[in-house]
Amino acid sequence: MPCLTRGCALAGSAAGAVRAVGPGRAALRRLFRHRLFVTGLVLFLAVLALAALAPWITTADPTKLGIRTKFRPPSAEFVFGTDNLGRSLWSRTVWGARLSVEIGVAVVALNAVFGTLVGALAGYFRGLDGPLMRVNDALMAFPAILLAIGITAVLGPSTENLILALAVVYIPRTARIVRASVLVLREMEYVQAAVAAGAGHWRILRTHVIPNAMAPLIVQLSFLFAYAVLTEATLSFIGLGAVPPTPTWGNIMAEGRAYMREAPWIITIPGVLLMVTVMGLNLLGDGLRDVLDPRLRLQP
Amino acid sequence: MIRLLLLRLAGAAPVLLLVSMVSFGLMRLIPGDPSAAIAGLSATPAMVAQIRAQLGLDQPLLQQALHWYGGLLHGDLGRSILLGQSVFWATMERLPVTAALSLYALVVTLVVGIGTGVLAALRQNTWVDQAAMMVAMLGISVPNFFLGLLFIIWFAVGLGWLPTGGYIAFTDDPWGWFRTSTMPAVSLALLNIGLLARVTRSTMLEVLRQDYVRTARAKGLPRHLVIGKHALANAMIPITTVVGIIVSLLVSGSVVTETLFSIPGIGQLLTSAVLGRDYPMVQGGLLLVTALLVLINLGVDMLYAVLDPRVRLGG
Repeated sequence: MPCLTRGCALAGSAAGAVRAVGPGRAALRRLFRHRLFVTGLVLFLAVLALAALAPWITTADPTKLGIRTKFRPPSAEFVFGTDNLGRSLWSRTVWGARLSVEIGVAVVALNAVFGTLVGALAGYFRGLDGPLMRVNDALMAFPAILLAIGITAVLGPSTENLILALAVVYIPRTARIVRASVLVLREMEYVQAAVAAGAGHWRILRTHVIPNAMAPLIVQLSFLFAYAVLTEATLSFIGLGAVPPTPTWGNIMAEGRAYMREAPWIITIPGVLLMVTVMGLNLLGDGLRDVLDPRLRLQP
Repeated sequence: MIRLLLLRLAGAAPVLLLVSMVSFGLMRLIPGDPSAAIAGLSATPAMVAQIRAQLGLDQPLLQQALHWYGGLLHGDLGRSILLGQSVFWATMERLPVTAALSLYALVVTLVVGIGTGVLAALRQNTWVDQAAMMVAMLGISVPNFFLGLLFIIWFAVGLGWLPTGGYIAFTDDPWGWFRTSTMPAVSLALLNIGLLARVTRSTMLEVLRQDYVRTARAKGLPRHLVIGKHALANAMIPITTVVGIIVSLLVSGSVVTETLFSIPGIGQLLTSAVLGRDYPMVQGGLLLVTALLVLINLGVDMLYAVLDPRVRLGG
């Protein structure tokens, strides 16, 4: 793998003393020495495991009502207790985790594809930069949650529409980051060399520009996963996410609001899980940024 | 300075035009017939037709657009279906509430955020720094509505110190305002405190390494002057840009916070409009709030120019 990005080169020089260790592996090694990154990774993997194993680790149907099991506090029988309708909160939060992760993955995937596409086109072709970035600026001018709410309001509340809304809200932000790297990469000598060698635009973008714009993109995507999970929870808390009885962390907490005096765990359990997920991803993103792209440290 | 203002205004104009186009287009994206959705399931075809005519949806798209822009030029953003009131005035009536809450949260954010960041930078790599950054990490990770719920559980339900919700205007009763606004403002501020503390810390670390800070120290300037006048004054420049982002985040956050604490501000207005399928209100409110934010950001840009002569003279 050619080492052409600055992050990659830095990683290489840090490992300069150790011979025969590739720059990729050196970066990995530094990542795993980054204590906060490892903490974040562990937290995030734990949530991923909950999401992936949901059908096997939950026994009760998350929508199964139980008249005789209302408001049970956490116990051996119900690990996370039960809610106002006697449903197992363990099942509900674990299935909620699955939905959050699904939405996060979908939003991140859409951003990776379309954010890169828009950012690369705007950064590489001068003629496209103006119009694409004006549209970008306009979409970024809307407060994120308000635009997401507007879109889900128009399309109707459902998981698919929520994913679409979050993608529309965040793709401009991703595109802007990719564009910034592409603007720099476009002027690199190896790109000029490729042009001189007669490579087409598509080939240059695909083999020389986009792969080298990956480091800041990866950092952005890990933070984006956190925002997506957070915004999804917020929207479903105010009633604009997946429709009940489908459990999401947001709607479980919204339902728990009426019973916070007698059964606060309905709110605190999904809330803490949400916080742990977001924190894991933030730590992960911080670690990736420190190792892959130290230039970005100043940004919020 | 005036040249810069005109330049920035010229830059904001296309953004505002596109924002208005997005707001207009959004309502046309509604699958099926929005009039039927507004009227509800039990509506007769005549009622649906009436709503359609009322919203102007029976006219061709171009005509609708002309009507929308014609109205915008007169400050007319349409009428809210639920409130029967003009969208402009419905928003303006609630603006002071959201503005007061956001301002409160902003002040808390600036004081605590910058304070924490500076403290962490001055004590880099000590337990103070680590504790401050832990708090900042918590701040950017705790969802504001979860924090709001915890506050309600602790301070309103548990200890009974503060009311669980509601709002008293500052002009009616300042103490009542303080009591009703503190939990919402602090839960709104926490995310921004986290962001600001992180930015302030890294900016301060950068600035403290500069030669002029070393010179100031070397010539025996008192510590508080070095930090205040030389370091922090320069660190304020990048920090100012974050303030624009923070204002936008505060408005975003107010949507859920106002709903949670039953505060009659813009956030609650828009949420209930969305849930009640009051499309003209959603459309107009979204445009109005975004336009206000664009103007606020313009103001922040100008402040930036005041603080940094390089921007002023170079621009």
